[in-house]
Amino acid sequence: MKLDLKLTRDILVNFIKLETEKIGLESIVIGLSGGIDSAVSAALASLAMDNKKVYAYGLPYKTSSIESIEDAKMVADSLGINFEVIDITSFVDKYCELDSGISRLRKGNIMARMRMTVIFDKSSLKNALVLGTSNKTELLLGYGTWYGDMASSINPIGDLYKTQLWELAGFLGIPEKIIKKEPTADLWVGQTDEQELGYSYTEIDKLLFAMVDERRDEKELLGMGFTEDIIKKIANRIKKTQFKRQLPIIAKISLRTIDKDFRYCRDWGY
Amino acid sequence: MYKIMLCQMYPTLGEIYRNADKHYTAIERAISAGCNIILFPELSLTGYCLRDLTSSVAINEKHEIFSKLLDYSKYITIIFGFIYDSSDYLLYNAAGCLEDGVVKHIHKKVYLPDYTMFEEARYYARGDSFEIFHTKYGKIGILICEDALHLSSLYITARQVPEILCVLSNSPARGTFQKGFYSMDTWESFCKVISITITTNLLFVNRVGVEEGITFWGGSCLYSPFGDKLGTLPLLEEGEMIVELNDDIIKRGRLTSPFYRDDRPDIMKKYLVK
Repeated sequence: MKLDLKLTRDILVNFIKLETEKIGLESIVIGLSGGIDSAVSAALASLAMDNKKVYAYGLPYKTSSIESIEDAKMVADSLGINFEVIDITSFVDKYCELDSGISRLRKGNIMARMRMTVIFDKSSLKNALVLGTSNKTELLLGYGTWYGDMASSINPIGDLYKTQLWELAGFLGIPEKIIKKEPTADLWVGQTDEQELGYSYTEIDKLLFAMVDERRDEKELLGMGFTEDIIKKIANRIKKTQFKRQLPIIAKISLRTIDKDFRYCRDWGY
Repeated sequence: MYKIMLCQMYPTLGEIYRNADKHYTAIERAISAGCNIILFPELSLTGYCLRDLTSSVAINEKHEIFSKLLDYSKYITIIFGFIYDSSDYLLYNAAGCLEDGVVKHIHKKVYLPDYTMFEEARYYARGDSFEIFHTKYGKIGILICEDALHLSSLYITARQVPEILCVLSNSPARGTFQKGFYSMDTWESFCKVISITITTNLLFVNRVGVEEGITFWGGSCLYSPFGDKLGTLPLLEEGEMIVELNDDIIKRGRLTSPFYRDDRPDIMKKYLVK
């Protein structure tokens, strides 16, 4: 799982630069949460292009911790990129008032999608691409909001596990405080990823790497010391969230159906 | 003594005219520099992730781009990658060698990867030969990417004793390890072994750029018949490199390591009929 950090950085910086230039754009917008994922994405963007062309947004809700937004600002300042805070409380609350019985999970999803709305609107304003901040661990576990924080134009970190991001973040000079802090989606007070997932990222990533990257079957995984419980829970979670990693399924009628037999890359036309 | 330019380029997906212009300017630079041969990567005229674009970018000898490249070949031997339209509606991942205004050879990729991230056999017809051909600069062989990773193609090539073996590639950077990555490690090992075992000059030319999140890593290079890496282009960036070759090194290589002389195709034959 260990990475060649310099090479990984070079590949990802080159990816952001070429994907942005390819479609004739010069700017990037990104939501900065104060966590490590968005910090790494933003750091890569600042290396890929003029940092004055990187627009970061802190998008707190009233229950978001003050520390998160302060950390987001610290990251933006350390990278020398643009930073603006837009409080999403009024938009979120206006909708949530329509349903007094709204659950914590639904409200969390609304916040994530409201942030997505703001970021995509800013991308239109700035004529910029939206940079993704979902890592491979959360994408595989489906631990994110569909069309919320999972939405982006390009994602430089989607093939890196959380624990690999910790390493890369250190190499990129992300402030120690950001790397060391407990990962959280910050959707409600006291929420932490590891508590919600039931296992530590270190355990999960070791298993995901063996299961997904190395294609080891259950017998081999048991032999490596993983418990039946974690193997089953994680495997099940990957299967159940496959829909989140795909475009909506289109019912086939014609001879050429989009994404089935009408197949072109995104580069088409650029 | 002759000079070869390796052109590590970034083609634009599906834009054959734009890519052809890039070829023309590189060819003109190579001619100005006194080069005898210019070498482009696999699918240099089209880009890699073509999918349904394949049929619309396929060309053959009648196409205007082909004609213009043939004109240039009066001044320099050109090896380039393209989609070959065989005119019976078969489309091949191909590489052409043009010299003195004529087509010296068209190699059609035989081993089409169709696993993990690759889907070539879905779109391309399969070639069925590995022919070495004669040029002004000696016997040349062309293998396209995956072709060079199969023992059968290497053995067939070895039996025809090429002086120059050109491996045109679109290798993606994948499987990043603590040092380097899987695809680069694989190619470096293969190129070294191939150049030694066939005792030939091996030219590996790989593209750069990004398509669909896939980064092509470049690192084009030259290996001597002794397996020495004599020159290399940087990772991830476009670039050109001029290398000088002469036959002496082939002679020394084959005297030092007479693998071709000592080979036993009769044994191979015995096993192939089993």
